[in-house]
Amino acid sequence: MSNNITPQNSNEADMAISAAEQEIAEAAAVEAELKAEQKVALKAEYKELAIQGLWKNNPGLVQLLGLCPLLAVTSTVTNALGLGLATLLVLICSNVTVSAIRHWVPKEIRIPIFVLIIAAFVTCVQLLMNAYTFGIYQSLGIFLPLIVTNCAIIGRAEAYASKNPVKQAAFDGLMMGLGFAMILIILGVVREVLGQGTLFDGANLLLGDWASVLRIEVMQLDSQFLLAILPPGAFIAMGFLIALKNAIDSHIKAKKVVDKDLVIERVRVNFDS
Amino acid sequence: MAFWIASSPHNHNQTKTPNLMRLVIYAALPGVLAQWYFFGWGNLIHIALAMATALACEFTVLSLRKKPISHELFDGSALLTALLIGICLPALAPWWISVIGTMFAIVIVKQLYGGLGHNPFNPAMAGYVMLLVSFPLQMTLWQPPLSLIAVDLTFTNTLTTILTGFTVEGYSVEQIRTSIDGITMATPLDMLKTNTGLGLTVLESIENPIFGDNFALGWEWINAGFLVGGLFLIFKKAIAWQTPVSFLISLFICSFIGYSISPDSSASTMFHWFSGATMLGAFFILTDPVTGATSTKGRIIVGLLAGLLVYLIRTAGGYPDGVAFAILLCNMSAPLIDQYTRPRTYGHVKGDK
Repeated sequence: MSNNITPQNSNEADMAISAAEQEIAEAAAVEAELKAEQKVALKAEYKELAIQGLWKNNPGLVQLLGLCPLLAVTSTVTNALGLGLATLLVLICSNVTVSAIRHWVPKEIRIPIFVLIIAAFVTCVQLLMNAYTFGIYQSLGIFLPLIVTNCAIIGRAEAYASKNPVKQAAFDGLMMGLGFAMILIILGVVREVLGQGTLFDGANLLLGDWASVLRIEVMQLDSQFLLAILPPGAFIAMGFLIALKNAIDSHIKAKKVVDKDLVIERVRVNFDS
Repeated sequence: MAFWIASSPHNHNQTKTPNLMRLVIYAALPGVLAQWYFFGWGNLIHIALAMATALACEFTVLSLRKKPISHELFDGSALLTALLIGICLPALAPWWISVIGTMFAIVIVKQLYGGLGHNPFNPAMAGYVMLLVSFPLQMTLWQPPLSLIAVDLTFTNTLTTILTGFTVEGYSVEQIRTSIDGITMATPLDMLKTNTGLGLTVLESIENPIFGDNFALGWEWINAGFLVGGLFLIFKKAIAWQTPVSFLISLFICSFIGYSISPDSSASTMFHWFSGATMLGAFFILTDPVTGATSTKGRIIVGLLAGLLVYLIRTAGGYPDGVAFAILLCNMSAPLIDQYTRPRTYGHVKGDK
């Protein structure tokens, strides 16, 4: 007690106030804790989304969705980059929209609605590319409008965006789109180097005139290795990429098992079972 | 002494894979010799290159897959694949053609599918088709027979041409391929296709010296060599007779129908038999025990299908010779054909499963 002169009742009132304050503070602390927990959970979810999109559940390597554009247009890095960016944009926008209207969409007709949304965004992207990057628009041809039928996009709308809030859905779209674009670009690099011996050939079609300096002559080929440019080469390269991913996964798994082996302390010796 | 009880079959023929492969390689010798006689050293050099590549690739992949190396490396199947690729290549193709083709055949077509016995496609033909699709320019560098070219193609000349693209005296491949009259020459099949496209009749086309006195200068003897080797294989019971016989009959019937309808624009039946890769495909590739059909009826159907496809590709397709494509298509359909031509199990009634 700091002050003895103060009346009893005021002291009581003081105590009541302080108790109330304490309660509020406690509530605030709980809330803060909850918020922190939520933040941690959110962070974990974002991290999980990133891992899922880029590696574990990569639309190109693991889900094997959208194989048609993946194999058809990755003959050069520029094409791959163009299609990757277009798909990324459509994926984010459609995820956001689907997530925003998820409470008002009747379950029975959700698929047609998703398709309409995706088609609307694909049309936007197509018109934008037609306006600003006409060269790449021409070389992508039919595969640009065909993004509508890319299962990776409707798959994410159905599996994630229609059940989750806007922010997470947008992040999920970003990560899935990046994962898809990454595979497109890797395939594009492999096929362009093997097929033509160049990198970023025709990048000026996508990025503007300054980008023509990006063109790198990796090796001088007397003759094009046509198989790498033709679709069969894409299938073979894709197979090798999937094999590489599985090899890395099993390598990591094998390492983890070794760590676990040390933990085992006893072995059950039970011949009855 | 104990009785060792084993289930049937009790009667084994003691053929092992290396023996069979060696037999097939020996049987290919007459054809290879004919090739050497008419087209020079090129194919022998390519065979050597392909064999070296095949052994190196096989060794690498087997050690990666932790397989018994000494056992599988020398079972002869890789060498046979390399031999077939070397035979198929144009004699003056650059060296990396045979290296890349063999690598593709051994590593991707054979080992990635699980090695000998698991490959759905014939490795040699898949490698050849890959080369044909990827490098159309180099894969059509066919030279006319030695007797028709001006440059003297000795062993060193051929070797330097394959390695560098020029002979010792500095002639390029194009110059070698050009006849004394200054006309670039192709294979008889190719020539016939081009000329028919230009509106010439077959009779006018075969005036060209590359057709020789009979059907196709040089090529007829190479095919005869492979025919002899194939008959030897059938005699040794290394291959089933049904496949080549039905293939040749099918090709004969198809070309006979074509010839009867318009003799001016289609080649004769014997031209189809004795030019291109007909005999090689019939006896050495279509009879591959791994990728072909296994039942008797299935073999006959595969042969008929292959003959039809070869004729269709030769006459209506974009490539002059269609044996490799036809064989790959047959490989693809062989499991289905086997499924529907399962022989009746002994003791079962027909139609009873």
